[in-house]
Amino acid sequence: MQNLEQILPQAQRDFAACDTIQDLEQAKSRYLGKSGLLTEQLKGLGKLSAEERPAAGAAINVVKQGVEDALKARRDAILNAEQARQLASESIDVTLPARSQGKGGLHPVTLTMNRLEQIFHSIGFEVAEGPEIETDFYNFTALNIPEDHPARAMHDTFYIDDKHVLRTHTSPVQVHYMQNALKDKSGPPLKIIAPGRVYRVDSDATHSPMFHQVEGLWVDEEVSFANLKGVVQDFLQRFFERDDLQVRFRPSFFPFTEPSAEMDMSWNGGWLEIGGCGMVHPEVFRHVGIDSEKYRGFAFGLGVERLTMLRYGVNDLRLFFNNDLRFLQQFG
Amino acid sequence: MQFSENWLRQFVNPAIDSEALSHALTMTGLEVEEMEPVAAAFSKVVVGEIVSAEKHPDADRLQLLRVDTGAAEPLQIVCGAPNARVGLKAPCALVGAELPGFSIKQAKVRGIESFGMMCSAKELGLSEESSGLLELPADTRVGQDIRELLDLDDKAITLKLTPNRCDCLSILGVARDVAAITGADLHLPPIVETNAGHQAQQTVTVKESTACPLYSGRLIRGVNAHATTPDWMVRCLERSGLRSISAVVDITNYVLLEQGQPMHAFDAAKLRGNIEVRYANQGEILALLNEQTVELDADMLVIADDDGAIALAGIMGGASTAVADATTDIFLECAFFSPAVIVGRARRLGFSTDSSYRFERGVDFANTLQALERATGLILEICGGEAGPVTEVLNALPQRAPVKLRMNRLCSVLGIQLDADDVAEIFSKLGFDFQQSDVGFTVIPPSYRFDIAIEEDLIEEVARLHGYDSIPATAPRAALNMLPSPETRLHRSVLRDTLAASGYQEIVSYSFVDESWERDLLGNDAPIRLKNPIASDMSVMRSGLWGGLLDALVYNLNRKQDRVRLFEIGAGYAAVADGFTETQRISGLAYGDAAPEQWAQDEREVDFYDIKADVDNLTHDAATYVAAEHPALHPGQSARVMLNGEAVGWLGKLHPKWQQHYQLPRGVMLFELDMAPLLARKLVQYSEVGKFPPVRRDLAVVVDEKVTVQELLDTMRATGISLLSDVALFDVYRGKGIAEGKKSLAFLVLMQDTQKTLTDVEADEVMAKLLDAIAKKHHAELR
Repeated sequence: MQNLEQILPQAQRDFAACDTIQDLEQAKSRYLGKSGLLTEQLKGLGKLSAEERPAAGAAINVVKQGVEDALKARRDAILNAEQARQLASESIDVTLPARSQGKGGLHPVTLTMNRLEQIFHSIGFEVAEGPEIETDFYNFTALNIPEDHPARAMHDTFYIDDKHVLRTHTSPVQVHYMQNALKDKSGPPLKIIAPGRVYRVDSDATHSPMFHQVEGLWVDEEVSFANLKGVVQDFLQRFFERDDLQVRFRPSFFPFTEPSAEMDMSWNGGWLEIGGCGMVHPEVFRHVGIDSEKYRGFAFGLGVERLTMLRYGVNDLRLFFNNDLRFLQQFG
Repeated sequence: MQFSENWLRQFVNPAIDSEALSHALTMTGLEVEEMEPVAAAFSKVVVGEIVSAEKHPDADRLQLLRVDTGAAEPLQIVCGAPNARVGLKAPCALVGAELPGFSIKQAKVRGIESFGMMCSAKELGLSEESSGLLELPADTRVGQDIRELLDLDDKAITLKLTPNRCDCLSILGVARDVAAITGADLHLPPIVETNAGHQAQQTVTVKESTACPLYSGRLIRGVNAHATTPDWMVRCLERSGLRSISAVVDITNYVLLEQGQPMHAFDAAKLRGNIEVRYANQGEILALLNEQTVELDADMLVIADDDGAIALAGIMGGASTAVADATTDIFLECAFFSPAVIVGRARRLGFSTDSSYRFERGVDFANTLQALERATGLILEICGGEAGPVTEVLNALPQRAPVKLRMNRLCSVLGIQLDADDVAEIFSKLGFDFQQSDVGFTVIPPSYRFDIAIEEDLIEEVARLHGYDSIPATAPRAALNMLPSPETRLHRSVLRDTLAASGYQEIVSYSFVDESWERDLLGNDAPIRLKNPIASDMSVMRSGLWGGLLDALVYNLNRKQDRVRLFEIGAGYAAVADGFTETQRISGLAYGDAAPEQWAQDEREVDFYDIKADVDNLTHDAATYVAAEHPALHPGQSARVMLNGEAVGWLGKLHPKWQQHYQLPRGVMLFELDMAPLLARKLVQYSEVGKFPPVRRDLAVVVDEKVTVQELLDTMRATGISLLSDVALFDVYRGKGIAEGKKSLAFLVLMQDTQKTLTDVEADEVMAKLLDAIAKKHHAELR
């Protein structure tokens, strides 16, 4: 039988020489297997006297613990090395491009409309919609533009038949919305914006026969012309993210508002026209059945393409309708 | 409205420069659209008289001139103008003059010293073309500065007037507003009543006194129709955009511009009998001054003589009574026609005139006779002749009803505090007749304002004169209420974002399209037509969106794109019994490879099942598909998309004949869905999660090719087996081991009991029932 003291150093050397788990298992059996060196030692205890046995047993157990520790340490080392080899073999070029679906995106006009909706929503404006093929009544008459009124000539209207037009502005949505609100008793007060397509018989470098407007309307007991200026200015400052942006009103004329104003915005040291606005004309309130003594309202209309061009530095209106992917994908 | 700044300044001359004047006009609602110098800048050009002219010794076409410019000695100038001759007065640019584009230096021309240049109108930038020196009248003072002589330091101002401000369609009207804004004094040209030189009168009958409350006129005899219109008047007209025609016409145009009163001169010799103001007989024919012969409607007011209509009242005169060179006697008409009888009539006939433009908006009815006197005076001065007494047929002129303005209303509408005194001052500046009370004002609007009838009109006037700039931008105060936020209705941006995330680019295309797109792609033979389309390929309203997508595809393929994914949200328009409907649609197109060209996957053309996945994403996997034919689509690769039992759209491959028609090298996949159903979502109601593990079994069956997967799934689901939690297809196989005309389909079946673990026996029973159901209905055989 081998000397107990030599077993541990011998096992440590044996284990260190093993490079694989299989070798290590074989080496382990030489010490801890059925006829392993330590097993033999334990079997040898039976030959000792009852007095000698506890001390001898304890000594064997100390060595056995040492062997097991050495075994575990070596096993961990081998496993770590194996894992490191596997990881190394599995490494890839992370700069290879992804398996992509391709890039999609939203039209820049949509980006502007989304921002408009969000900004106005933040002070409680809801989004309203109306038809694009509009009756003469909603597009004109209900907005205080009677037949033969010179203001109709300003509109360059597309006609479908004697009674139907392609809406020339989003203002008719005001009328629909106010009528519906009265019908289902949800207002006034009411606050809406109405974005959408509008149409004018006009086509050149700076005019498209179809474009987008957003109409805003606020009807309440105490809203004023000064508030209109405040709301428009607040919106433009938020939209362009410029706190120094100013709004200038100039007297103008729209049959459905009074007082009416053209809105200019300070821009690069000058003023840019960005839309029309005014206090809702009593005649419009009369058409929908709102008491203009009790309620007042303001309305404004902004050109969506204009806002988009200024926001993103687009210099040609026609780009919005050519649908050239090299243009559109810049906004993805 | 276009006019010369200097002309305006004769009426009102505030101590501000052109820029400030322009700004002031714009900020009070008379928007200056354009302000252009009437002549290019130049200097040191004076009136020169040619005192001698000799041939240049070395050049056939040049002359050696001696030109008197008022200096001690005449200047020697070499000149090539064909009309240079002794005695001619023409502009002479002195040495050191700066002309548009070049400067004048002392120079040798073909060896001879030249001390200046004689100028044509073109060289001074006064006209586009010239055939020689600008010839000046013989009485022009030699040495006078040309800019001063021709009043060239002037600007042509164009106002973009809104339809309500008809009072500013004249120099007088603009001057009145400028005086109100700036406080400068108004200087009106003196109008003197002309003494009658003869007593002859034209008899006038006004049959329609409401349409024509005031008709006046007078005979002027012995006028010289050849008379030359004075230069100052020609300049005023030209700078207002009117050509000089003849003295009489020029004078009426001048008064129109100055006073805002349209007038008409008839050749008195061509009038037959009595003048009558009446409505036209339906179908009555009138040859107009613009060489157009029109058939009149019964609501058009005419001036007629015994032979019939001779002028379209307030719109245009007739050819038969027009003033011509031979005219000696004229009847000068000056009337007020109600806007309501003029409005729209000219437009109906296809034109507009300066006269109709003013009458349909409103002409100052209190100024009619002054305007007649003004014109008379100018005619006598320029054309000579003798004026007769004024014939005046006066009926009830429009009444200006008093309009009330409450101070509290004014302040609350504008959102500012104003004093009654401030308001009174504004009304005074505007020349309004008003009375003040405890609560506000009562105003009688002036005869020249046709836009002041209600309180808001006065509020606007006050705001305008107070200055829109002085109104602050203040945030509104309102009750804070949260907005409804329905969870069962998605925002449409969710759909947009879904498609964008799947690689689709949004486009915006026109709602009006080529008629052939509707016919070919959508089988729509009776599209909604525009009465006045802007182009033939934009003449009908689209009922679906594929045309625009295909158009955009072609556009981009022509620009070397080879893989395209597009979508659009927009309305499809349809005619219905009582009008039109619009259905918001979301439509997509996919072309080219399924994936962008890359290293990791094999190339494969996009197919039906690729975009079906996109449609499934939009419908939250709730759609089913039924094979059906569509005019645009491949008959074997086209499906109607169903959602909750409703047809909501189409999905398929573009029919090869249209692919060929649009010259597309590869196939195109298309879908279009109604948007509203896609936005509806059920509110989630939690159902218990099974505590026991689900059991999966597979079911592989062989069926005829024509049996669809959907039919099998429907049949299996219709068994209503409560333990069945899901059935789905996971494999399709054709080929070895499967007979021709058959296919093998493999389904996975998930079963679950919420109360206990399923036994094998129970699972076997479910599988047997499923197989039995599809065997009976679809002759499916277990593989």
